[in-house]
Amino acid sequence: MISVTHYVALSFLLFAIGVTGVLIRRNLLTVLMSIELILNAANLNLIAFSRQLGDLNGQLFTVFVITLAAGEAAIGLAIIISLYRLKGSVNLDDVSELKG
Amino acid sequence: MTAPFFFWFFAAVVVFGAVGVVAMRQPVHSALFLLLSFFGVAALFITLNAEFLAAVQVLVYAGGIMVLFLFTIMLVNVKRTAGEPFLHRQAGAALVVTFLLLAVVGGTIVASSRKSGLENAGAAADPASLSTTTIVRDVTQNVDGKRVTTSVTEKVAGNSQAVAWGLYRDYLLPFEVASVFLLVAMIGAVVLGKRTMERVD
Repeated sequence: MISVTHYVALSFLLFAIGVTGVLIRRNLLTVLMSIELILNAANLNLIAFSRQLGDLNGQLFTVFVITLAAGEAAIGLAIIISLYRLKGSVNLDDVSELKG
Repeated sequence: MTAPFFFWFFAAVVVFGAVGVVAMRQPVHSALFLLLSFFGVAALFITLNAEFLAAVQVLVYAGGIMVLFLFTIMLVNVKRTAGEPFLHRQAGAALVVTFLLLAVVGGTIVASSRKSGLENAGAAADPASLSTTTIVRDVTQNVDGKRVTTSVTEKVAGNSQAVAWGLYRDYLLPFEVASVFLLVAMIGAVVLGKRTMERVD
């Protein structure tokens, strides 16, 4: 029997993998993908509890989280492209200065 | 909640995809593993009676965000960094930290489920509450030449309808704010992404 605890555990595992990706990767694109994994983990949590409690609000919040993720991906990728034009690189270590 | 096979199968797909995102050297491979993970999450949404959000997940994530990622990967020349290490210097320390995080929070989840009994962590609610919603609307009729407004209570069936009523009735203001947010994000992406124009004197 699958309970909400299984979904919470899976969601946390997904979150931990995403955090690992943010911390260990040098490529900005992969870091952004890991952030998407973290947002997906949050969505899974919201929907699991929505199902457990029979409350639709969790699903409605997930709609807003997905909207946020779309905007974040668009802005993040635009920043990466302009950064690549400026520096010729998408490595995190190459963008450590404040003044370009 | 659902048949155990589907949960374990799609959970394995999600975790496999997520590990692939982090572990693959090439960003293109990471993006394809991310796609796999998105589809797994969408399937898990269906096992949780969130059919509308499963469709949104596939359309927005697998359709929109993934195309953005692939376009960016193609625009950015990744080959230049092919020989360099793809992991950060702090990778070892970061792995230790995330392992500790995994141990502490995972241990808490397991311990609390042991305490309350994993099998009966509270029976799940009736899934019908996620696919039906009650709406109250005014109906104006002509009765003997006079306009009479009566309040009618209806039940609407279907997960999409339930989400739509919640979104456009209870969360109307956040919905409008989200649309403004998307507009701002779009303008910002265009401004950031366009090449600097040469000044014409």
